[in-house]
Amino acid sequence: MTAIDPITAMTPAPAKPVAAGRRRRFSSTFLAGAAILILSALLALFPQMFAPYNPTAFDYKAILKGPSLAHPFGSDNFGRDILSRTIWAYRIDLQIALFGTLFPVIFGTLVGAVVGYIGGWLEAVFGRIVDAIVTFPFLVLVIAIVAVLGPGLFNLYIAVSIVGWVFYAKLIVAEFKVQKRLDYAAAARVMGYSTGRIVLRHLLPNAMTGALVYWMTDMALCILLGSSLGYLGLGAQPPTAEWGVLIADGKNYMKTAWWISVFPGVAIVLTGLGFSLLGDGLADMMRAKQ
Amino acid sequence: MLNLGFVVRRLLQIIPTFAFILVVTFVIVRLLPGDPLSAMAGDRVTDAQVLQAKAELGLDKPFIVQFIDFTERVATGDLGRSFVVQIPVVNLISQRLPPTLLLTGMATVLAILLAIPLAFISALRRDRAADMAIRGVFQVGLSMPVFYIGLLLLTVFSAQLQWFPVGGYGDNWGDRFYHLFLPALTLAMSLAAVLMRNLRSAIVDVLNAEYVDFARAKGLMPRIILGRHVLRNALISTVALLGPMVGTLLGGAVITESVFAIPGVGRLMIDSIYGRDYPVIQGLTMALAVVVSLIFLATDLLQAALDPRVAK
Repeated sequence: MTAIDPITAMTPAPAKPVAAGRRRRFSSTFLAGAAILILSALLALFPQMFAPYNPTAFDYKAILKGPSLAHPFGSDNFGRDILSRTIWAYRIDLQIALFGTLFPVIFGTLVGAVVGYIGGWLEAVFGRIVDAIVTFPFLVLVIAIVAVLGPGLFNLYIAVSIVGWVFYAKLIVAEFKVQKRLDYAAAARVMGYSTGRIVLRHLLPNAMTGALVYWMTDMALCILLGSSLGYLGLGAQPPTAEWGVLIADGKNYMKTAWWISVFPGVAIVLTGLGFSLLGDGLADMMRAKQ
Repeated sequence: MLNLGFVVRRLLQIIPTFAFILVVTFVIVRLLPGDPLSAMAGDRVTDAQVLQAKAELGLDKPFIVQFIDFTERVATGDLGRSFVVQIPVVNLISQRLPPTLLLTGMATVLAILLAIPLAFISALRRDRAADMAIRGVFQVGLSMPVFYIGLLLLTVFSAQLQWFPVGGYGDNWGDRFYHLFLPALTLAMSLAAVLMRNLRSAIVDVLNAEYVDFARAKGLMPRIILGRHVLRNALISTVALLGPMVGTLLGGAVITESVFAIPGVGRLMIDSIYGRDYPVIQGLTMALAVVVSLIFLATDLLQAALDPRVAK
């Protein structure tokens, strides 16, 4: 089978080895990603402290105003402050990143651990299921599921969870096949530990790294997906401030009031970059450790 | 040369895939909350029509019988009838599929045309300014949602500069390419980014390989080494990536078509969702999944033809 691991597709070539004396605990890529995401998390947790206006308040004296000191990101056709709306949307979009990936990470990891440990016929069956799911166009399936269940964030989470776990399971299975043959696993078996303990306490922590790196990419992808559905009217519903919804709000004003759509897009790109940098940095650090 | 055993094995793999597609598309419509039929029909139809549709869909029969009926109908090319426009779903899809396939095809070609030269520049000037700039731009491109890229290109090149039409689909081939250029470019960005990244590291690996040293030692011209040895080997991994990416690309086409108002299956999908036209949604999901799995199959076979090691 030639399906490519998402990891191989998404991660760059390994960084050049750093001279021993200059080796740092955290790579600069990792730190840059972490800084962006910590700031994003603060905006999501305490939007009221950063947003200058109420994100849903109409102000008919400030309709379609360009960026200024009063409205750094401008205002929309109802006079709502774009900066405030973009900040409040952090809460929704980071929630999409988290809730859209939480079930896949946990369930995929557990399935991967069981399948990888038992192997044999179970792995063969699992392989066929993975092949079938991977050939399904992911976005089309998610849109179809949301179409049937109805628009909204909760149904979006269900839709991405149904498919998303497969990628984690695949990574864990591959890693388990290597780990369970190593000496420490044999030692744990000789010590008479229970299978559950060997799998959860010994093998899993060592097999998790690839899945963790992929989790970062996945959260970025999930924001792209969530905002795309929001843009199409199938995700978060207005007047909720969500980046995709905000961009859709401004799409008819692109020629005259570009700021309505452009700034929320910048927030998406920045957050995506944060996750990518963190993931890349994490991958480099794991490689260095090995 | 293609290994016959591999081809047969790979062709047989399409069977469970199709079975899975059937099951998923069958189940999807049954996920509808409440009585599926009243939900499907809404308040647009009379009771008699509901009963007729119920018999047509076989919703009064046991689950397994329903599934067998469904499979039989699909096998004979019957995907039901649209609630909204009252024509067979198969006809609707076959009308709307060509723009989407053309868009996706153009995007793939554009992505390859963008990725190959840039990957070479990047790999040959590794860690220098050009490499950093190219990778930086693609990293940003990879973090941008498709609809956002589309909206920006549309505003700059269609609305402001008026170089391209703001949307739609042309009447003849030349006009179609012209109409689809910006949408295809939009769709190509993320694929180009993934291909570029992969191709760059493949080229770096190949450049360090012994057979390239040998070619250099033989005194072959760098241009020939790059073309014959480096490019061919680096392309194998690109072809391997294309298959899995086609699904993503078709999904992106759904969104791109909404941004650029292209009358393809993506627009049909979104319109059907707003119109709660479930037979169309079901048929489209199936058609797109089948298209993707066939392209997947084609790229697997192509890859095996390029690289005999794959078929072992």
